Amino acid sequence: MFSKGTKRKFSDGGEEISEEGLVGARVASSYSLQRQSLLDMSLIKLQLCHMLVEPNLCRSVLIANTVRQIQEEMTHDGSWHMVTEAFCNAGQSPSERLVATEVLCRSREQDAEPKVFSVISYEGCREEEVVADETLCSVSVRDTVSNVYLAGRMGQCWEKNELSGIERDEEVLEDSRLGSGEDEEINTEDEASTEGPKTIGQVFGTFEIKNGSPGPDSALEELFSDVDTSYYDLDTMLTGMQSAPKMGPYDLLDSLGPSHGSPSIVSTPNCRSDLNELDHIMEIIVGS
Amino acid sequence: MEEESDSRKINNSFLRDHNYATEADIISTVEFNSTGELLATGDKGGRVVVFQREQESKNQPHRRGEYNVYSTFQSHEPEFDYLKSLEIEEKINKIRWLPQQNAAYFLLSTNDKTVKLWKISERDKRPEGYNLKDEDGRIRDPSTITSLRVPVLQPMDLMVEAMPRRVFSNAHTYHINSISVNSDYETFMSTDDLRINLWNLEITNRSFNIVDIKPANMEELTEVITAAEFHPHQCNTFVYSSSKGSIRLCDMRASALCDNHSKFFEEPEDPSNRSFFSEIISSISDVKFSHSGRYLMTRDYLTVKVWDLNMESKPLETYQVHDYLRSKLCSLYENDCIFDKFECVWNGSDSVIMTGSYNNFFRMFDRNTKRDVTLEASRENSKPRAILKPRKVCVGGKRRKDEISVDSLDFSKKILHTAWHPYENIIAVAATNNLYIFQDKVN
Repeated sequence: MFSKGTKRKFSDGGEEISEEGLVGARVASSYSLQRQSLLDMSLIKLQLCHMLVEPNLCRSVLIANTVRQIQEEMTHDGSWHMVTEAFCNAGQSPSERLVATEVLCRSREQDAEPKVFSVISYEGCREEEVVADETLCSVSVRDTVSNVYLAGRMGQCWEKNELSGIERDEEVLEDSRLGSGEDEEINTEDEASTEGPKTIGQVFGTFEIKNGSPGPDSALEELFSDVDTSYYDLDTMLTGMQSAPKMGPYDLLDSLGPSHGSPSIVSTPNCRSDLNELDHIMEIIVGS
Repeated sequence: MEEESDSRKINNSFLRDHNYATEADIISTVEFNSTGELLATGDKGGRVVVFQREQESKNQPHRRGEYNVYSTFQSHEPEFDYLKSLEIEEKINKIRWLPQQNAAYFLLSTNDKTVKLWKISERDKRPEGYNLKDEDGRIRDPSTITSLRVPVLQPMDLMVEAMPRRVFSNAHTYHINSISVNSDYETFMSTDDLRINLWNLEITNRSFNIVDIKPANMEELTEVITAAEFHPHQCNTFVYSSSKGSIRLCDMRASALCDNHSKFFEEPEDPSNRSFFSEIISSISDVKFSHSGRYLMTRDYLTVKVWDLNMESKPLETYQVHDYLRSKLCSLYENDCIFDKFECVWNGSDSVIMTGSYNNFFRMFDRNTKRDVTLEASRENSKPRAILKPRKVCVGGKRRKDEISVDSLDFSKKILHTAWHPYENIIAVAATNNLYIFQDKVN
C-alpha cells in the first residue's frame, strides 16, 4: 500500500480535502490510505487490548474513540461503504457467505441488546454488518488452525451477548468472563447449540467446561503468531514514518503482556472483557 | 534556574547488581513528605524506598542535605485473583505521605487494587533482663527463676522498621490511578478508571463511593477518570480529570454521591489543530492543586495548563512541553508513547511548575517571568555536583551545536514522575530506574 517515504499527514481534516484544487484527488486518495492504515493500526491495538483480561481501560477507550471517529468520517464521505463492498467481493463464494449471513442474523435477532455501534445509516444495515462480520473471518484467516479459532471466537461473541442479556447485575457480569474459556469447544458446527437462550445453569456449566478443556495456551500461541505477522505487515506498510524509535512486533506483544510474562496471565485469547463495545467494533469493522 | 546536581545519583538498584536493571527496578512514583525531610519512591517490583535528608554539617558544606536511604520495604506482592483468573501486579502506582503527628511516619501506597497504610518508625533501644525468657527469647524453665528483676532499656544500633498498619482492599474493580489524603487528615480517597471511593484511615472494611461514571452499558463507555485530588485546605472539595480533557470540581457537601460536579473546567478545542489524535493528546494524565488551593495544574500529552478555580472556560496559562512532537503523533501512536502518563508538580511557592518529557528531559516553567528551561537527568551528561546545562531540541532546519534533533530523541527514556520539596528548591526526578536529586546552587 505505502511505498517507503510516502508522506503521511494525519493532521489534515477531512473537510479540507474537498476544498483542495487540482491535486485534490491525489491528496484525498493518499489521505484515505493513511486513514485506512490508522484504522488498521487501531484495530490491531484494540484486538491486542482485548486479549487481556484487564486491559488498560484508558488506553482502550481512547483507541476505541479513535476508531469511532475514523469510522464516522469514513461513513460521512462514503468510503466506509466502499470498504465493506470491497470485502464483500474478496474471494468468498456467495453461497458460503449466505450461510454465515443467515446464522449471524439469527443470533443477532436473539440478543435484544441495543446496537450502539451502528455501521452506517442505510437500509438493510443488518445485512451489511453481516458482510463485515464475514469479512472478519475471511480476511484474517491465515491457516486452517486459526480458521477454527476464529470461528470459535465468533460463536463466543454471541455467547457474550446472551450472557450479558441475562446477567443484568453488574458484578455477575464482570465475573462472567470466567465462562469465556468454553469457546475452544465451539466450532462452526456447534453454533446452533450456542444460539439457544442460556439459562443461568448453562452459564455455570461453562465454568466446568473451561476447567476441563485442553490448555488454552496452544490456541493462544497460534493467535499470537497470527497477530504477529499481521502487525508486521502493517509495520512494513507504514515505513513512511519510522523516524521515531519503534517497537518490533515482539516488543509490542511483550509490552502488552503483564510484566511477569507467565502465559496464564494473558488468559485465553477470547476472554471476556468488560468492553462489549470493543467486541462490536471488532465484529463489525475488522478485516480492512 | 540552574540547578546543581548536588546529591549523587542514588541508584535504586543498590539492592542488586549495579549494571543490571530489571523491569522491577523502574521507579513508578516519587513523593516528598510534608516537611521534605523524607522522600519516598515506589517501583514496579512493589518496593518502597524511603530516603532521609542528612543533617547539615558545618565542615562539609557541599554535602548540604543529601538524601540517603532510610528504609526499604516490600509494600505489595504480586497476587493472583482466582475469580477473574487475573494477575494483580505489585507495581506501586502512587505514594502519599500523611502529615506527621508523632515520632513515626505514615504513608499510603497503592498498586492497581489495594491501598496500604505503612508506619515507618525508628527503634534505638531494646529491653533487656526479662524474667520469663532469656536473652534469645526462649522461655526459661520456671524452676530456674529464683529472683525477680526489673527489665531495662539498653541502647542499640538504630533500626528503622516499616510495618503495614491498614490494608484497604476489595473496593476497586478497575485500576487505581490516584490516592489523595484529605486535609481533615482522617479520610483519603482512592480513584480508579471509573470510580472514586472515600475511606476513613481507621476503617478498612468499608468505603464510600463518591463518584461513579460507569455507564449501565459498558458499550457506551467513552470516558474514564485519569486522576483525582483533594483540595489542600477545603476538606469537602476535590477534583478529578478525565480522558476527554476536562476537570470536574465536586463538593461533598452537595450530596453523598458527587456525580454532579459543581465546576467543570474545559478548554474548547482549537479547530486548526484538529486531528484523529486530538482526543488522545487532550486526555489529562495528572491534576494537581497548587499549595495555595487557588489554582489547578493539569498535564496532557503536549502541554501543561494552569487553571484558576474561578475561571472554568479556559486555562489561565498554557505551557508547551514538547510541541515538536505534534508532527510525530502518528509514530507515537504506533509505538504507544502517546498513552504515556506524565505527571506534573508545583514548587513550594506555586511560582514554578515542572513536568517530564522524553530523552530524560524535564521541563520547568517560571510562571512570573515566563521563562522556561529544558534540563536533562542523565548519568552520561551530568556529573555529580555539576551544574545542569539547559538543553534544546531543534525542530527542522539546521541543528546547532549542543542542540538535539527531534529525530534523535530517545523515547524509551521518559521522565514521568517528579517531585518538588515542599518549600525548598530541591527536586527529585525519576528516570526509569534512576533517581536524581537536584538542588539550587550552593553559594
